[in-house]
Formats: sequence, structure tokens, C-alpha cells
Amino acid sequence: MSLSTAGTPLLTAQSLGLVRGGRELFCELSVEVHGGQLWHIEGPNGAGKTSLLRILCGLSRYGFEGEVLRSVTPLYLGHQPAVKALLSPRENLQWHVSGEGLYRDERIDIALGRVGLCGYEDVPSHTLSAGQHRRVNLARLFLSSARLWLLDEPFTAIDQQGVNETQSLLASHVDGGGAVVMTSHQSLQVKCKVHTLSLRHGVIA
Amino acid sequence: MWTFFHKLGSPPWLYAIAGVVLRWLLPITLIALVGGMIWGVLFTAPDFRQGNSYRIIYVHVPAAVVALAGYYVMAIAGAVSLIWRIKMADVVMKAAAPVGAALAFIALFTGAVWGKPTWGTWWVWDARITSMLILLFLYLGVIALYEAFDNKEAAGKACAVLSLVGMVNIPIIYKSVDWWYSLHQPASIKFTGESTIDPSMLYPLLLMIAAFYALFTCCLLMNMRAELLQRESRTQWVKKIAAKEGKR
Amino acid sequence: MSAPHTGQFCVLLLRRQLLLAMRRPIDIANPLLFFTMVIVLFPLGLGPAPDKLASFAPGVLWITALLSNLLTSDAVFRSDFDDGSLEQLILAPQPLFLSALAYISAHWLTTGLLLALLSPVFALMLNLPGSALVTLVVSLLLGTAVLSLLGGIGAALTVGLKRGGMLISLLILPLYMPVLIFGSAAVQAAVTGAPSGPYLAILGAMLSLAIALAPLAIAAGLRISIDA
Repeated sequence: MSLSTAGTPLLTAQSLGLVRGGRELFCELSVEVHGGQLWHIEGPNGAGKTSLLRILCGLSRYGFEGEVLRSVTPLYLGHQPAVKALLSPRENLQWHVSGEGLYRDERIDIALGRVGLCGYEDVPSHTLSAGQHRRVNLARLFLSSARLWLLDEPFTAIDQQGVNETQSLLASHVDGGGAVVMTSHQSLQVKCKVHTLSLRHGVIA
Repeated sequence: MWTFFHKLGSPPWLYAIAGVVLRWLLPITLIALVGGMIWGVLFTAPDFRQGNSYRIIYVHVPAAVVALAGYYVMAIAGAVSLIWRIKMADVVMKAAAPVGAALAFIALFTGAVWGKPTWGTWWVWDARITSMLILLFLYLGVIALYEAFDNKEAAGKACAVLSLVGMVNIPIIYKSVDWWYSLHQPASIKFTGESTIDPSMLYPLLLMIAAFYALFTCCLLMNMRAELLQRESRTQWVKKIAAKEGKR
Repeated sequence: MSAPHTGQFCVLLLRRQLLLAMRRPIDIANPLLFFTMVIVLFPLGLGPAPDKLASFAPGVLWITALLSNLLTSDAVFRSDFDDGSLEQLILAPQPLFLSALAYISAHWLTTGLLLALLSPVFALMLNLPGSALVTLVVSLLLGTAVLSLLGGIGAALTVGLKRGGMLISLLILPLYMPVLIFGSAAVQAAVTGAPSGPYLAILGAMLSLAIALAPLAIAAGLRISIDA
């Protein structure tokens, strides 16, 4: 697959190193993420995948070595679904604090439909389960126009059909010139090439 | 010249340089403190109105002055660590907080001791004492915030922000309390001290102020050394020092 | 779909916070109920003699308003921190200090503003002379805005800590003290017939300084807390 590597990388990490609790989680980790690439960060539990992702997206600004440069504003889906219990899923997306865009109702309806929340758009979120909260969060992927996606365990608490839907969404995002950097326990079944970043060994493929 | 500053950024060097400074500063401080106290207590005339009890100002005023200056040292160190990301400035800030708090407490305590023989009460709400009390609260807030964080690097940054907020507020607080005191001041008694001070009393006072600045610096350096040892306890240079001390 | 520009985004945040507050009205009522009950404590503690109450009224009203504000400050960012929305806010391309200002404005609208508007009721319960009521309301409007901004600083620094509670009080009460001094002085001046304008002007100056600087400290505090 020809990668659109022309132009500046969306994300550059140089010689990242992190020590936590006396343990060195990773060191001298460098990676360049260009449009059209899907990166999978792999490592065992507690290895520091979430910490690395937080450094890459800019939530962690100190306490690590090395430098991160982003040329675009990323979309970050973290561990927590960022869903307010007092608002309905539609309101959560309409009033989302990520400052990304003001979404029209129809687009929100479509997005919520794609994540399997058709019919639940206007119920208060405190009546929804944790898995449904995560799906509301995933709906942002269908609405966002960000080129760079940083996803932390996006498939958690999602059923198989949802996982398939999301994986095809990731593939189409990458095909369209966007980039995805994600962590996941599960192996990825996507139609595009997957670059692997191991915490211990650096860029593998 | 730049290598000197660069070396200050490395813990073992900072530890060593602090030790060298302490070696000559500590004796000077002790001499100045003892000398100043003797001069003030034995060799100056008693005050016209307050008799001998006024002599407590030789401890009270220097403690108050340096407690206030110490907050600025702490805040500026915090700003340096926040803006230029110099880790050792973080150590200075953390070390300065308890020293400044202790001096503020000494100022309050000696102020109370001064109050009893002079005005008959252990505590008066005059402008300076009240401001010093608020300053003590500001110090305690910084210390409490530092202790509340588990991640010590975040703790340092948070305390830097808090010290800067406090630094901006200190002039406002002092002026407000001054003004508040002048509004509610009982007409008959004037609690604030002499505005004109006899030169024979002024010089020992100045010496004591200088001595207290030196004392602050000594305590700060000693605290910094302790903090450095604790932070770097797993490194080689600390283990070497511990081994050396253990042999003695 | 392009990102909303900063003004639009701040209005969105403001409306979101107000909507969340109105969905849980008990959170708005709680500080007002607290204010009421603490006001009742003073006649119980000091005795119901009208002139004694009246002499303490300016200070009592102001101190109670301050304590109510202190109680609500902790919650400004906490729910967003708990469900992960705060991370998203920090990552937003719009300037964080303006977002913080939007949050604090919403906080003031649901706490200080209501307190200021309801204060004449309590002032009458404490026998505050009618001539001082307008000054009381204005001083509380200005003062509680400053208190909200200062409280936001404390909230931002402690939002990530599990035992936030008492700590935030220790951090911001010293900063509250100048506001209290001039706020109660303004009301006291109005009671005695002296011009209260200068004190209100000083409160206004404090508010200007707070609006200019506090959001920066709040943004810095939020970034530090989220990273801890």
C-alpha cells in the first residue's frame, strides 16, 4: 500500500523515555506518524501503553524524556468515556468539550445509529450502561474531522459487531489520508497495513 | 561561568556546592546572631516607654522581615522551575517553605511575648501581626499542597503555581489588612511600634536582620541537601555518601 | 465541520455548565440552604437582641457568603475530572484559560449571583438597616465573582487529589481575606451613612485583576492536576 508520506508527519516522537516507580517503561522511543498509517502500540498490561499515548496526545507534559511534536490537533479517546450522566447522548455530543466542531442533529443521529444506539439518542445517560457510554464516545469518531486519532483501548466493552464496525471505520479513515495510533489487547483485523510499535523494542513494522 | 550554572542543575554538584557554602556561612551566621543579640540586649539603652521588654524586636523584626522575603524566594524558585523547567529550582522551593513557615511562627510567637508585658494581652489584632498570621497560612497551604500529591513532580509544579498566586496576593493582603486595621483601630491605644528608632537601637537591629537572612540561607541549604539526598536516594553518589557517613 | 472559534466555544461551555446545573437543582439550592442555616446560627449564638445583631450584620452576612462559596468551589471541575471530560477540555484547540473563565462564570451565575440577590432577605432577618441593602447586594455581586475566581484556582490545583475537601479551604481562605475586608467595610459604611463607593471600587479593581490573572492560574493548575 502506498503511503502518503509526502509532507510533514502528523506526529513526531523523538527519544521518548519514561521511568515510573523506579521501573523504566521505555526509552529512546522514536516514531513518525504520517497520514495513511495505522499504528498499533503493543505491550503487556501495565507496560505503559496508556502513559505513552498520553504523552503523544499532549496530556502529559513533563516527567518524561524526549520530545513530541504534533502538526495537527488530535482526537483522543481515553480510558474514560467523557459522558455526562445528566445529559442525553445527543446532548453529550452536541455540547462536547473537545471543541472540535458543532455537529448538526442529522449527523449526530447517523453517528449514534452507527454505534448501535439508535433509539437511545435522547434518554438521560445515567440510564445507560458503561458499554453504551463507551459507544457514545466512539460516535465521536464518526463525527470528527480530525486527521490524527489517538485511541486508548477503543474496543473495551464493545460487542463483536461493534468491534467490526469500528475496525472498518479505522480502515476507511486511514484510507482517506488520516492516521490512527491505538492501543488494544485484541489483534486487529483490518484491511490496511498495521504498523506495530512495541514499548520494549521500538518500531517493529 | 556557564558550566558553573550548568553544574548547579546536577544534584551531586548542587549538594557539594551547598556544603562548601555552608562550611563558611554557618560560623558567620552564628557569630552574627550571637553578636547581634549581645549587642542588642546588653549594650543598648532601655526604651523610653517600654523599658527592657522592647528588646524582643531584635528577634521579632528580623524574623518577620525574612519570613516575608522567604516567601518571595520560594515563589521565584517555583517560577523558575515552572517556566524554565529547571528541576533544582523545585528543590529550592520545597526547602524554603518550612524554613519560611518557621520564621513566620517565630515572628508571631515573639510578637505575642512582646505584647504581654507591653500591652497586657498575649494577642492583639494589629496590622502587622494579622498580616504575618495570614502569611503563615499561605506557607502552610503550600506545604499542605505538596504533601497531598503522590506524584512529587506534579506536587512541585502545583506548589509553584500556588506560591505565585500567593506572591501576587501578598501586597494586596498586606495593604488590605493595614487599611482594615486603621479603620477599626481603637482610638486610645496605638499598637504599632515606633516609627522613628534611635540609631543606637537601629544598628544592632540591622545586624540581626542580616544575621537572620544568613540563618535563612543556612537552613535553606541544609534543607536542600537533605531533600537532594532523599530524592536521589537510589543513585550511586548518595550511596557513596551514606557509606562514608556510616563508617564515621 | 470546522472547529468553533473561541467565543462560540466559550458560550457553548457556559450553556453546558448551566444546563448541567439546572438538571440537578439541589446543587444550586444546597449552598443557599447552607447560607440560611448559618445565618440562623448567629442569633442562636449571640442572642436575639436586635441592635447587637445589626451591629454584626455586615460581617456575618459576608462571612457566611464566603463560607457558602468555599463549599461550592470544590465541585467546579470535579465531575468533569471524574468522567474524563476534563481531559478532553484540556486537549481542545481553544485556549484553556478562556474555557476556565467560562466554567467559573457558570459557577458564579449559579452560586454567587443568587446569593447576592437573595441576601436582602437575610439582611432584614439580622436587622440590617434598609439603607445598606443596595450596597450589600452590589458588594456581594462583585465580591462573590472574585471568590468564584479564587475558588477556581484552588479547585484546579486540588481536583486530582482524592482527599481534596479540607485542603482547598486552607489554600484559598487566605486569598479570600482581602475581599472580605472590603466587602464588609462597604456594607458597614453604608450602614453608618458614609460613602461606600470607594470600597465597591476596590472590589471592582480586585475583580478586574482576578478576571485577568486567575484563569491563567486555573489553566496551569488543571494541566498539572490532569498529569499527576
